[in-house]
Amino acid sequence: MIPVATSIAEIYQWLEEVKDPEIPVLSLVDLGVITEVAIDGQKVKIELTPTFAGCPAMEVMKSEIIEKLKSKGIPEVEVQISFRVPWSSEFISEKGKKALKKYGFAPPPSNKLFTDLEILETAICPRCDGTNTIMKSPFGPTLCRSIYYCNDCKEAFEQFKPL
Amino acid sequence: MENTALKELLYKMADDQLILGHRNSEWTGFGPLLEEDIAFSSMAQDKIGHSLALYTLLHQLGEQDPDTVAFTRNANQFHNCVFTELPNQEYDFSLVRHFLYDTAEAIRFEMLSSSSYEPLAQVARKFRGELRYHTLHAKTWITQLGTATDESISRLQKSLDEAMPFALGLFEKSPYETELIEQGIFAGEEELKKRWLMKLNETLSKTELILPDWKILQPLEGGRMGKHSDHLQPLLDEMSEVFRLEPGAEW
Repeated sequence: MIPVATSIAEIYQWLEEVKDPEIPVLSLVDLGVITEVAIDGQKVKIELTPTFAGCPAMEVMKSEIIEKLKSKGIPEVEVQISFRVPWSSEFISEKGKKALKKYGFAPPPSNKLFTDLEILETAICPRCDGTNTIMKSPFGPTLCRSIYYCNDCKEAFEQFKPL
Repeated sequence: MENTALKELLYKMADDQLILGHRNSEWTGFGPLLEEDIAFSSMAQDKIGHSLALYTLLHQLGEQDPDTVAFTRNANQFHNCVFTELPNQEYDFSLVRHFLYDTAEAIRFEMLSSSSYEPLAQVARKFRGELRYHTLHAKTWITQLGTATDESISRLQKSLDEAMPFALGLFEKSPYETELIEQGIFAGEEELKKRWLMKLNETLSKTELILPDWKILQPLEGGRMGKHSDHLQPLLDEMSEVFRLEPGAEW
């Protein structure tokens, strides 16, 4: 049986404890990849939306969600990977953006600010807040990160890509 | 059978993504700059991710599971265009192919984002955002190297001349073209080609490069019907080598 008091809000709270395997300061809820939670009798159904279609962390996230909810006493968990809503970096919460910056990543700028990716040539340095930066490559160590260099503090840094 | 047309469309797109994804991955460890090594590897990952999403749609329509479809077919059962299976050659050829192919790919998924087949429209809307990074990458390098030195310009021009007939093979028409257009699934190869040529000219006009006169070129077609060059089977053998060792293995 599902514990009597289980609510959708509570499930979200538990999911806060599941982190992005590649950015361990960011929970899946803050990353915005949990796009639906539903309770259906004995079962909890989660809709998981990939950040990038080729993200190899999706399967890990899926199994960690199942493990977490089972450990909280949910008898049956179904996780569906879906493209119903295309993920956007706008889905990252304010809390998530702060966590990213603290971890050394420039959070994605609002995608409402640009219509053409060419203006993404600069980003704000997460270390010194400098803006004298240059994009070195739109592709970084994972699909969701690009590489920049800060001319002020002379350090390379990564930005979570706006999408 | 309405699904026949749809499946044919999905197969050719999925196979294009898988095969070019594999070719891109061959740059891993060999790129001319570390950033380019990473760029081609990342684009490989994206493209193979896209093929997985498209094979999953096919699976939902009753085809076999994505791994079986990707790893157990022979060359004559693949529907990718010949362009995607050509060896990487030197970096200039890979870059030109990336530019020509990804420009078409981005427009194709833009068009499909309003497809009447909603599951396809959903994945197309997803790919669209990702592909902006691919076209940005291609455009940046073509513009820079296409205006840089005599050597960079002549190398790109030579590759462009060589690649163009193959690139035109991308738009080989499906036997179900009319059906797809009438049902609102896909607006068709002819429309795609028209938009593609416009987009190419937009970028090339900022360089010293000249788009070959496509009207007098004979497109190299056949891939969509399973007629491939000798380069595809060795690629498939290498790609599926591990899978075939133990087909039912759990990873």
